[in-house]
Amino acid sequence: MTSHNNLTIKKAREGLLKKDFSAVELLNAYLEQIERKNSELNAFITVCKSEALEQAKHADKLLSEGQDLPLLGIPIALKDIYSTKGIQTTAGSNVLKGYIPPFDATVVARLKEAGAVIIGKTNLDAWAHGSSGENSDFGPTKNPWNTDFVPGGSSSGSAVSVSAQMAIAATGTDTGGSIRLPASFTNTVGLKPTYGRVSRYGIVAMASSLDSIGHFTKNVEDSALFLNVTAGNDPLDGTTPTVEVPDYTKKLDKDIKGIRIGIPKEYFIAGMDPKVRENIEKAIKFYEENGCKIEQISLPHTEYAIATYYIIQPAEVSSNLARYDGIRYGNKRKTFGEEAKRRIMLGTFTLSVGYYDAYYKKALKVRTLLIKDFEEAFKKVDAIIAPVSPTLPWKIGEKANDPLSMYLSDVFTVTANITGHPGLSIPTGFVDGFPVGMQIIGPHFKEELLFNLGHRYEQEHKWFERNPYET
Amino acid sequence: MNRSTNGLKGILMKHRVIIGLEVHVELKTRRKMFCNCSAQYFGQEPNTHTCPVCLGLPGALPVANRKAIQWCTQIGMALNCSIPSFSKFDRKNYFYPDLPKGYQISQYDEPFCLKGEIAVNGAKIGITRVHMEEDTGKLLHETVDGEKVSLIDFNRSGVPLVEIVTEPDFDNAKNVKAYLQKLQQIVRYLGVSDADMEKGQMRLEPNISISLDENSKSLPKYKVEVKNINSFSFVEKAINFEIKRQLEILERGETPVQETRGWDETKQKTVTQRVKEEANDYRYFPEPDIPPIKWNEKELAKLNESLPELPDEKLNRFIKQYRLSDYNAEILTREIDLADYFEEAVKLDKAVTPKQIANHIINKKVNINNVFPAKLIAEILSSSKIEDVSREDLIKIIKEVLAKNPKIRADYALGNESVLQFAIGQVMYVLRKKIDVNHLRNLIVEELK
Repeated sequence: MTSHNNLTIKKAREGLLKKDFSAVELLNAYLEQIERKNSELNAFITVCKSEALEQAKHADKLLSEGQDLPLLGIPIALKDIYSTKGIQTTAGSNVLKGYIPPFDATVVARLKEAGAVIIGKTNLDAWAHGSSGENSDFGPTKNPWNTDFVPGGSSSGSAVSVSAQMAIAATGTDTGGSIRLPASFTNTVGLKPTYGRVSRYGIVAMASSLDSIGHFTKNVEDSALFLNVTAGNDPLDGTTPTVEVPDYTKKLDKDIKGIRIGIPKEYFIAGMDPKVRENIEKAIKFYEENGCKIEQISLPHTEYAIATYYIIQPAEVSSNLARYDGIRYGNKRKTFGEEAKRRIMLGTFTLSVGYYDAYYKKALKVRTLLIKDFEEAFKKVDAIIAPVSPTLPWKIGEKANDPLSMYLSDVFTVTANITGHPGLSIPTGFVDGFPVGMQIIGPHFKEELLFNLGHRYEQEHKWFERNPYET
Repeated sequence: MNRSTNGLKGILMKHRVIIGLEVHVELKTRRKMFCNCSAQYFGQEPNTHTCPVCLGLPGALPVANRKAIQWCTQIGMALNCSIPSFSKFDRKNYFYPDLPKGYQISQYDEPFCLKGEIAVNGAKIGITRVHMEEDTGKLLHETVDGEKVSLIDFNRSGVPLVEIVTEPDFDNAKNVKAYLQKLQQIVRYLGVSDADMEKGQMRLEPNISISLDENSKSLPKYKVEVKNINSFSFVEKAINFEIKRQLEILERGETPVQETRGWDETKQKTVTQRVKEEANDYRYFPEPDIPPIKWNEKELAKLNESLPELPDEKLNRFIKQYRLSDYNAEILTREIDLADYFEEAVKLDKAVTPKQIANHIINKKVNINNVFPAKLIAEILSSSKIEDVSREDLIKIIKEVLAKNPKIRADYALGNESVLQFAIGQVMYVLRKKIDVNHLRNLIVEELK
């Protein structure tokens, strides 16, 4: 491993612009790391070596011409649920094995326009159904901090690709915590933007009203740089409003004195790992010491969030997966895995005549109440800080036969998906050798504030500088 | 109330025929409902008007066609519907190979237009709703290389479709036909669809049932839907056939089966297609990919203002403004092109009355695509009957004209026959009456000798 693999986007860009190294050299460092580590970690389903080399060469050409683009020459991995023109896109399922999209997802197109080098497609729970990465039809992804343990999911491969230095940044999707949870399990920064902030076009849909399109980076500044490229209205996605896109890096260093931070009591539950709790409380202390006003708040309907989520989400899943009917895409319906079948049946049931009112319609009502919870809270505070996961990563296989306990690992993350609020997961250190993270949740379209709060904490602690391979 | 003998043996049972209608109209927007593909698919090479969206490829998302929504709303306005300020799309989930997403984007409980009504042959027909949805692909069952295969053409997939549902307010086939003609006329007037039955741009599904209790307000426990009808006269025939068929069953003391039937034109009868055991469960839920549509009053007022004059209004205006007979006005307003043509001709020459123009168009079955309005006027003028102008009066005027214009005589003497036309015009100008032009011409020639 060369020193290139430690780089953030910002540092890599500096190196490229100063010609300390070329984009091809940079890419090669990451390809070599993939070569070394992927057989063990199983983070990538597809490595786009030749395409990436072409892109890196092109980046070098542009660099030599003095051109500059926000991600020029930066090796980026894509969760294999993002459609890539000419490159297999599986969604982690055998159903789509061999499917080669004829078009790029909007985010992929924007990354390419910004000069990014697409290094590969990362592993995930099939159809993004899962919290551990174990539901992938291409085998589980391993946590680089301890390969007997899960890295969190569903964006398991993307989190691991950044954590294990196989990519500088990676895209993810977060429908119930699928970016924030693996970020907290792998010592990476994971952003779940506001619903609609980033286009969903071309990303295989899981639950359309919950899917949030975000990314993993090493630190907060990179996360802001990345969002500068991906955010904004897309004429191909009717759910992306024309809300202005600021330069997200502008207010990173702003003084955080006086910012009111709410700590929701419902997120510090009895079953929580006490060491994780202690870790998060310590992080909160940082904000207190730096002039933020810490306030205990209540989000009273939190206890209904998981139930609500497991009605709305499977309902939309059952409809979204209907197109894989065995007529197109070459693979029969029996290739669906257990978890997908479970969700198709759950969703089909709750949408059926006679059950719709009792389940789906009621869930929509609770959704409204949950949104009100946050609206009330954001009258009193500017942001909310909570743990991402009540526990540390678990052993591979530990929850595999217990879907309910797997579902409960999302207890702290699903609410922001139901309400559409942005959440930023940031490393807060280590417990028993495993990374831990906190999430900062803000009002709709206030990602800037999350970056500001996250960056100030990170500058003080610099957990991101630690990697699983340091001696 | 229908008391029908219908060739039935035995008693004449009192009964009430109940017919409702679902009509699908394809809009002629340039683009499809949810993507930028061309919606003009008729006669095109299969699967050439497709993209990730209308093929339902993973990750592709629908974006609603604003124009189609406006047109759907205008159809509702023309049918006197109320337009709710909030509306949304829903997913109708069902499996069929021509439906690439596994669901159709449609509208369930909050359609664009609700509760309208329209008068047909003096009867008030309630419009339950007018909603927007997308068309499906088309299955082709063919033999390729000796093998029987089913092929799918997705050119039609995602073409905007408006569904117009009536209350069960019809009690006879004649009114159904009249309603359909009126509906076709309205969408053509609006310019939102050609509603060409043969091209599948207008599809009709009557449902028919019969109650033996003449006075009961409640509906029978069954209804029979007839599909695959591609002409108005077939609808009439299918309904009359169904009335007879169902009455026979009811007379036996039995209840007709709830089912979908099709019209077989060769056999001149309806035939069973699908017996519905239970209502299909489409598992409707709000389409999460398309935000709800919210109108403000201004937008709706603007849409309403931009409605063209509708057939009924135009008919009444023609009767009043041009003093046409009901019969003539009805024929002239049947199609907007003809109505426009008529009005253009009226504007051209005040000497010809609207009534004359109307009569000429209707009696001579004028092809409005070949005969320009100006030519039409000339035809009318030349074919007009002589009015009672005495020979003496005519010759008097001719003499005056010739005296005033000595050049006519001079030119004619030199062999210039076309000068006669000028002379005719001059006489007509003085006369201000329509007379037989040939007769006049002869008189002038005589006078010039």
